[in-house]
Amino acid sequence: MRVAGSTTAGNMTKTLFEKLWSDHEVARLEDGDSLVYIDRVFLHERTGSVALESLSSEGRVIRAPSRVFCSMDHIVDTLPGRGDETLVPNGKNFIQSTRQASRQAGIRLFDVNDSEQGIVHVVSPELGIVQPGCTLVCPDSHTCSQGALGALAWGIGSSQAEHAMATNTLVVKKPRTMRVTFNGQLPALVSAKDMILHLIARYTTAGGAGYAIEFAGEAVSALDVEARLTLCNMAVEFSAFTALIAPDEKVIDYLRGRTYAPGGANWEAAAAYWRSLHSDADASFDREIEVDCSQLAPFVSWGTSPQQACEVSGQVPVPDAGLEASDSTTLRKAFEYMDVQPGQALRELAIDGAFIGSCTNSRISDLREAAAILRGRQVASGVRAICVPGSQAVKREAEAEGLDQVFTAAGFEWREPGCSMCFYAGGEGFGAGQRVVSSTNRNFEGRQGPGVRSHLASPATVAASALAGRLADPREYLP
Amino acid sequence: MKQFTVHRGVAAPLLRVNVDTDAIIPSREMKLVSKHGLGEGLFAGWRYTAPGGREPEPQFVLNRPEYSGASILLSGRNFGCGSSREHAVWALAEYGIRAIVAPSFGVIFQGNCERNGILPVVLEDAAVQALAAEVAPDPQRCQVEIDLQQQRVLSPAGHSYGFDIASSSRQMLLQGLDQIGSTLQRLDEIEAFERELRQRRPWLFEL
Repeated sequence: MRVAGSTTAGNMTKTLFEKLWSDHEVARLEDGDSLVYIDRVFLHERTGSVALESLSSEGRVIRAPSRVFCSMDHIVDTLPGRGDETLVPNGKNFIQSTRQASRQAGIRLFDVNDSEQGIVHVVSPELGIVQPGCTLVCPDSHTCSQGALGALAWGIGSSQAEHAMATNTLVVKKPRTMRVTFNGQLPALVSAKDMILHLIARYTTAGGAGYAIEFAGEAVSALDVEARLTLCNMAVEFSAFTALIAPDEKVIDYLRGRTYAPGGANWEAAAAYWRSLHSDADASFDREIEVDCSQLAPFVSWGTSPQQACEVSGQVPVPDAGLEASDSTTLRKAFEYMDVQPGQALRELAIDGAFIGSCTNSRISDLREAAAILRGRQVASGVRAICVPGSQAVKREAEAEGLDQVFTAAGFEWREPGCSMCFYAGGEGFGAGQRVVSSTNRNFEGRQGPGVRSHLASPATVAASALAGRLADPREYLP
Repeated sequence: MKQFTVHRGVAAPLLRVNVDTDAIIPSREMKLVSKHGLGEGLFAGWRYTAPGGREPEPQFVLNRPEYSGASILLSGRNFGCGSSREHAVWALAEYGIRAIVAPSFGVIFQGNCERNGILPVVLEDAAVQALAAEVAPDPQRCQVEIDLQQQRVLSPAGHSYGFDIASSSRQMLLQGLDQIGSTLQRLDEIEAFERELRQRRPWLFEL
């Protein structure tokens, strides 16, 4: 097995991940653990509230409150005219206790109707809080999204969030390195969402276990920053420790002038450093995967795990005879729960709901992609369609472009920013047995409500399916 | 934190892959800003007949009388994948689960277990299936023993399965260690690193 970070010539070459890791390694502990310095902590009202309360009840102090941020996204209602009241049972308590704890702790809170509020992984990049070369953690599994800007960002538990706030460090086992190179050019209306769904379907949800994954290659370079966030977002569904992408001029241009981006003389120094953040040409990875993007098609999930996905023109698979018992049980339960038959064409599946939103696909480019398909058309009758912008800033920008009008004219609800119906917390959900096509990241049993059948897809595929009233290929609606 | 040294108990099979944290504790069951009061919501979607209800689903393994009092779960690979919610582990702990035996775990979930006194044991699928088969005839009598000192699982019939665990995780569980406390003992080192990082990357500190 190759040892990452070394060459036969003896001079050390490094992967991007190793550069970020060594830049933040305070100490090596026993057994492959390191004490890693944490630059930024982000919280939300669902899991951050518990961490703040627990810290304060144990009398611990937050070392650097100016580098701790919190946004209201998980529980807050997304209905127009919202306040602290939510449909989530006891949701108001989470919101109010987060507000109070944030004030006491002196951390920056993006409150329910603040102009900067939104989903953590949408807000953090658009405010320039996450930056290339920084370490950022959040008690939220989709924190890996933020590696898209060349940061070392990963999801943690609440106890680790307390540790990070109290010590500015975490004890972490150094993951192995993997590079996934996406070659070629994506066909029209095939997106970053289709790339990541394809990768997980081909290499399974366990494919990235134990790895920090660098996404690279022509097709990744061609993605804008927002699409890169989508690609990295579902690294956790691939079981990766996290994902990251080397920052390029697109990232630097994206960050210039953002609220928390470096200013003044610091900007040039930071940008110069960011330009050095890439894997060395001869750096070696513990594992390499290559994907040809030129043949990719829109993907959609058919089961209850993100790996149970295929091209939207495809069929529900017929199980192999030689499967292990736990696998065939899982497969049978997935068919049953999703009410699909082996061999059934996905495009035959009629839908009841369509959802565009979440930390995966709720940014302005996602909304534009969906709106381009919806413009001048109508959602099929009987389909409940909802669009939830990822942040107040996305919402403002969309409204300035008139996208809200496109969505509402087509029959979509237009909501306030938040995680919304990506997951069911006892408040809003689609009804039991309903089939929903969703631009989100998890199609687990009950994720969007008890008995709800979720099909993951890109915003374009969700929009096309909403129009067709069944799972549909967005290319059927090419302008 | 509760220590883990040796534990012997009823082992319940939940032999499917990718048991996610939404299944372990549905978001709708996380009702309080607290680490407590979650045990009742454990596996709520499978354990009760109706969402939000409390009528036990008789087929669900933890509701079957032969597995009552189960403190060990046997499951398929990628157990605890999905959402980072530590509530999943708090719910398992409050219910009385002390160890989970599976071929692999979601990485955040695995760390959360170790910080809350639950031992995640990695054994290959065949071994998990074999344990479940040995337990099945009489789960109350055919108990499983897990010894963290020795790093081995002892089946009811006396088969021994060794397992690996990071020594830091092992120490944390054996001693019931408070990790924040031990890291704070290195505060001087952290502060020295921080001063040096501030010199190199001043923009990281100016918000």
